[in-house]
Amino acid sequence: MSMIHVRTTINGDATEFVCDPRETMLDVLRDRLALTGAKEGCGTGDCGACSITLDGQVVCSCLMLAAEAEGTEIRTVEGIAEGEQLHVLQRKFLEHAALQCGICTPGILVASKALLDENPDPTETEIRYWLAGNLCRCTGYDKIIRAVTDAAAEIRETQ
Amino acid sequence: MEYFAPATVGEAVARAETEPGLVRFLAGGTDVLVQLRSGFVEPDLVVDIKRIPGMRAITAENGGWRIGAAVSGAELCRHSGVCADWPGVVEALELIGSTQIQGRATLVGNLCNASPAADSVPAMIAAQAMVAVAGPEGTRDVPVAGIPTGPGQTSLGSGEFITSVFLPARGDGGGDAYLRFIPRTEMDIAVVGCAVSLRVDGETVVDARICLGAVAPTALVVDDAARAIVGTRLDEAALSDLGAACSAACRPIDDKRGTVAFRTRVAGVLGRRAAAIAHDRARARTSE
Amino acid sequence: MALDDAATREFKVVGTRPVRPDGVDKVTGRARFGADAYAPGMLHGAILRSPHAHARILRLDTAAAKAAPGVKAVVTRKDFAEGQTGENWNVLENIMADGKVLYDGHAVAAVAATSVFAARDALKRIVVDYEILPHVTDVDEAMTAGAPVIRGGTADNSVPDSMHPNVVRFHENGHGDVAAGFAEADLVLEESFRTEATHQGYIEPHACLAQLGPDGKGELWCCTQGHFVAAKTCASLLGIDASQLRVTASEIGGGFGGKTTVFIEPVALALSRKANRPVKIVMDRTEVFRATGPTSSASMDVKIGMTRDGRITAGEGSFRLQGGAFPGAPMEFTAMCAFAPYNLDNIRASAWDVMCNRPKQAAYRAPGSPMAAFAVESVIDELCNRLGLDPIEVRLKNASREGTRAAFGPRFQRIGLVETLEAAQAHPHYTAPLGPNQGRGVSCGFWFNHAGETAVSLALAEDGTVSLSVGTPDIGGSRASMCQMAAEALGISYDKVRTTVADTATLGYNDVSHGSRVTYASGLATIRAAEDTIEKLCARAAAQWGIDREAVVWEDGCARPSGPNAGDFEPLSLAKIASRMGRTGGPIVGHYEATPEGAGVSFATHLVDAAVDPETGATKVIRYTVVQDAGKAIHPSYVEGQYQGGAAQGIGWALNEEYVYGEDGRLQNPGFLDYRIPVASDLPMIDTVIVEVPNPGHPYGVRGVGETSICPPLAAIANAVSNAAGVRLRELPMSPPRILAALDAAQTDSG
Repeated sequence: MSMIHVRTTINGDATEFVCDPRETMLDVLRDRLALTGAKEGCGTGDCGACSITLDGQVVCSCLMLAAEAEGTEIRTVEGIAEGEQLHVLQRKFLEHAALQCGICTPGILVASKALLDENPDPTETEIRYWLAGNLCRCTGYDKIIRAVTDAAAEIRETQ
Repeated sequence: MEYFAPATVGEAVARAETEPGLVRFLAGGTDVLVQLRSGFVEPDLVVDIKRIPGMRAITAENGGWRIGAAVSGAELCRHSGVCADWPGVVEALELIGSTQIQGRATLVGNLCNASPAADSVPAMIAAQAMVAVAGPEGTRDVPVAGIPTGPGQTSLGSGEFITSVFLPARGDGGGDAYLRFIPRTEMDIAVVGCAVSLRVDGETVVDARICLGAVAPTALVVDDAARAIVGTRLDEAALSDLGAACSAACRPIDDKRGTVAFRTRVAGVLGRRAAAIAHDRARARTSE
Repeated sequence: MALDDAATREFKVVGTRPVRPDGVDKVTGRARFGADAYAPGMLHGAILRSPHAHARILRLDTAAAKAAPGVKAVVTRKDFAEGQTGENWNVLENIMADGKVLYDGHAVAAVAATSVFAARDALKRIVVDYEILPHVTDVDEAMTAGAPVIRGGTADNSVPDSMHPNVVRFHENGHGDVAAGFAEADLVLEESFRTEATHQGYIEPHACLAQLGPDGKGELWCCTQGHFVAAKTCASLLGIDASQLRVTASEIGGGFGGKTTVFIEPVALALSRKANRPVKIVMDRTEVFRATGPTSSASMDVKIGMTRDGRITAGEGSFRLQGGAFPGAPMEFTAMCAFAPYNLDNIRASAWDVMCNRPKQAAYRAPGSPMAAFAVESVIDELCNRLGLDPIEVRLKNASREGTRAAFGPRFQRIGLVETLEAAQAHPHYTAPLGPNQGRGVSCGFWFNHAGETAVSLALAEDGTVSLSVGTPDIGGSRASMCQMAAEALGISYDKVRTTVADTATLGYNDVSHGSRVTYASGLATIRAAEDTIEKLCARAAAQWGIDREAVVWEDGCARPSGPNAGDFEPLSLAKIASRMGRTGGPIVGHYEATPEGAGVSFATHLVDAAVDPETGATKVIRYTVVQDAGKAIHPSYVEGQYQGGAAQGIGWALNEEYVYGEDGRLQNPGFLDYRIPVASDLPMIDTVIVEVPNPGHPYGVRGVGETSICPPLAAIANAVSNAAGVRLRELPMSPPRILAALDAAQTDSG
């Protein structure tokens, strides 16, 4: 079986890798590129723990062949903070205790950031539906919704 | 498994036609990847059509819209023209899965997966949508209803794949809607789905097409339900007849997602509710 | 053990809401969970599982798999140690079948290969010939004559001889005379209830990285609620010395009881030993559902008598739980929890543990209690409806209080049930108007809480900071509360303490993070270790000052002379003493090892509003309020989080979650698509009220909070839905088809 050579951009860095045609983007991020922030909770696109952005669109990296990454721009949870400066969403998740075990947190942060990039003033209902594909089993979502709402407010104030 | 990303339709057809093993075409991949992962399907060749020009385009054509096979739900939802003309088709696609799934899922993928519960298929059938099929013999246009032949089965031949969907001109007084029943608010497969496309003259329904999902091996066009409302102002009696016709047409099964009794009952409820929404939309288009 | 001074003490750190110490790692993707470990030379393991619910293995041929490309080891049952007894035998039987498969998903062999794909491909080359046997997956069917026998001779001597061999344990408790009690009642109701098995549904699948050499020395990294138990069990199953296997607990992506035992860990170790290379195994989601422990399903009959003025005169219950193809369904807890919230003169509860062809049940948040509350609190609600009584008034009238004798024996110490009921009654939610097709439900719930074996170590650094080592994996923010309790006890600031979950080679034995025990037991141990440290700090100060140890006190983080008679010395801070400890006697380390007694029981009262669509049976929870006694909330945000999480899991259990088996005994919904846990858009905000009635058994008054929160929701939601629909729902989940069928049946009855 021949491997595929792929050139892509991940969190702003030009990246090359070789992969088995059957490997998903999530497999490659985790097992070949040491970017283990994205998690596999289901492998079927039902939990959102593997969320990344692909050319700005939030997608499940478990539902994407790594070979499809050729020429695209990918961002992961590892690219959300700028240096030592946490993104406001990251700060608000900590302040609001919006995580318990933390396994869903990377996916929820990636998805929430995509939401706020598109809609800086989402309603509670909009946040809930946007995040419906990000399962959290610990929190009951309450504190997550509060954290995203509060982050959106701070972003609006500082812009 | 080999991964092939052709640059043209011709390349795709030529490579797929000569592959002796199992071929899968890949657009959004939201079904194909799940099948790969589970080992349910083990293709020898995956043909990724996304790099073929036009596959991600939405273009106006003869008053209607041609939607490339790789246009995602998110892209379709952002297209104001399609949303204005065919809100029922758009909402049917948009209901599938999460924000993440919407970033990849396509109308054509939903159609080719050939699930009896596919959300966008009843909506496309109600809309009398056509698909363009490319293959070794050239290109042919096929009604959406002609593609699925049974659960997981399609009429597509060796080397054939769908390159686009065509939604016809909507015209005055037209409105459509799609509703489905799921136990949660998101992320489920339809237990019952119902699409209604109709046309009004004033308040009177002059034409209607009603299609149910998840109540038979393939999406079910219910002519009796359409007849029940054509010529009416969609009053309570007409809606009641429509609901009864929808329920009567159901040929569902008991499974992990619902029972025969439940599907039969709720098909009628959704038929009534979807018709009311389509009627409101149609009247709004008339008054514009 | 007396409450030190919790009632009057003014806390400085406890009760505040600092950022958790592992927070930045978890929002940046750096935190290392079970599947995030890699090792040089690592192989990937995969497990072959039975497609049959019950079958004899006629032939198991692994030769072709061994010869497959990249394969370095294949293991079957014979690669594990013989002579296991008790629960270790059950665990071994569960993680690798021997001659007979007992449920769909039961492991039969495993391979390790150079890639995940090579391992999966090799599994297809293993040949297994099965003789399919009749199976049973329903608890009531499994008890009836003629049901297939899953494993004869398993029953213990508590079970009457006349019972089916699938009934393996029996329990009963109670007091008084229930017949006399029912005779006193103005209304007696007896109803039957069923709950389906649900899965803990943690988002992180089981994952581990194992290394075991031919010298019997090993390392194991895994996501677990209890790495000490994992070490003990794995060592036994592999036939190696427990101390030669060092187990490190990774960050854990949810457990809820489901990660209190081992599944893949012994298999990875066996593969590693055979290949003499590290082996990683990560379950996929299907395996998690098919082969790890869901909770029990239950079939129950409950009979309660009540007077016209709302006094409960007697309660009686029969509880039948299946826990898969092994003994262990937590039926005794069901029977013990059923009537615990009420001070009753006459109680009788009986329970049966039944085997079925399903995966071995594992603990799930207050195991056995939620279903008990569902049955009992539904009957109480129906009695209130029929007698026209207020559901909270009735519960207050009958509530257990300090001194109440529980059906299972002991008298309660200081408890906070009445306080939760009063707070619920006073909450605006209770009197808010309801719309059409909406209903309100109330329920109480009870959980024992657990203490367990606990060891901690608290070491000072020369710069005056503190390293606290605990042995209880942090499943929901416990490192934050440990830092808070250490800081509080020592009189230093929160950020001067770092808490680490130590590996099994570093600390004494610790029981699993379960039973709502961590904040209680590791917290108590932390406080005691801090006190041990203070003792040593005071001794150093006394030596420096040349006065008696008894003449030194510890206040506000400093050693001080106890009074004017002790002498006039400048206070010595912890940092000051620590900076000189190398010259004053060496390292200062405080520690605590014991099994504390005094994990105070806990009660909660939940309020729920639900709306039901009468045309489709669709239910929406529109308002939810949790009121629970925390004893003392160390970190209120994480206490609220436990309340909200328990409520959300309860909503899933009540409305949508269930194990669906086909006629063939195969699990029909082993994925998050059709095993429907609540998504964000399903839920409302979940309001919380923290009641604090201090637990006399903890220095700061802590009661565990993790589990009680899932006890009331099933009943509270069932009561809300039943009140909204106008028909009593007695079977979970209350899925739309079931609600619609109940509405139809009610209409047929009344029409």
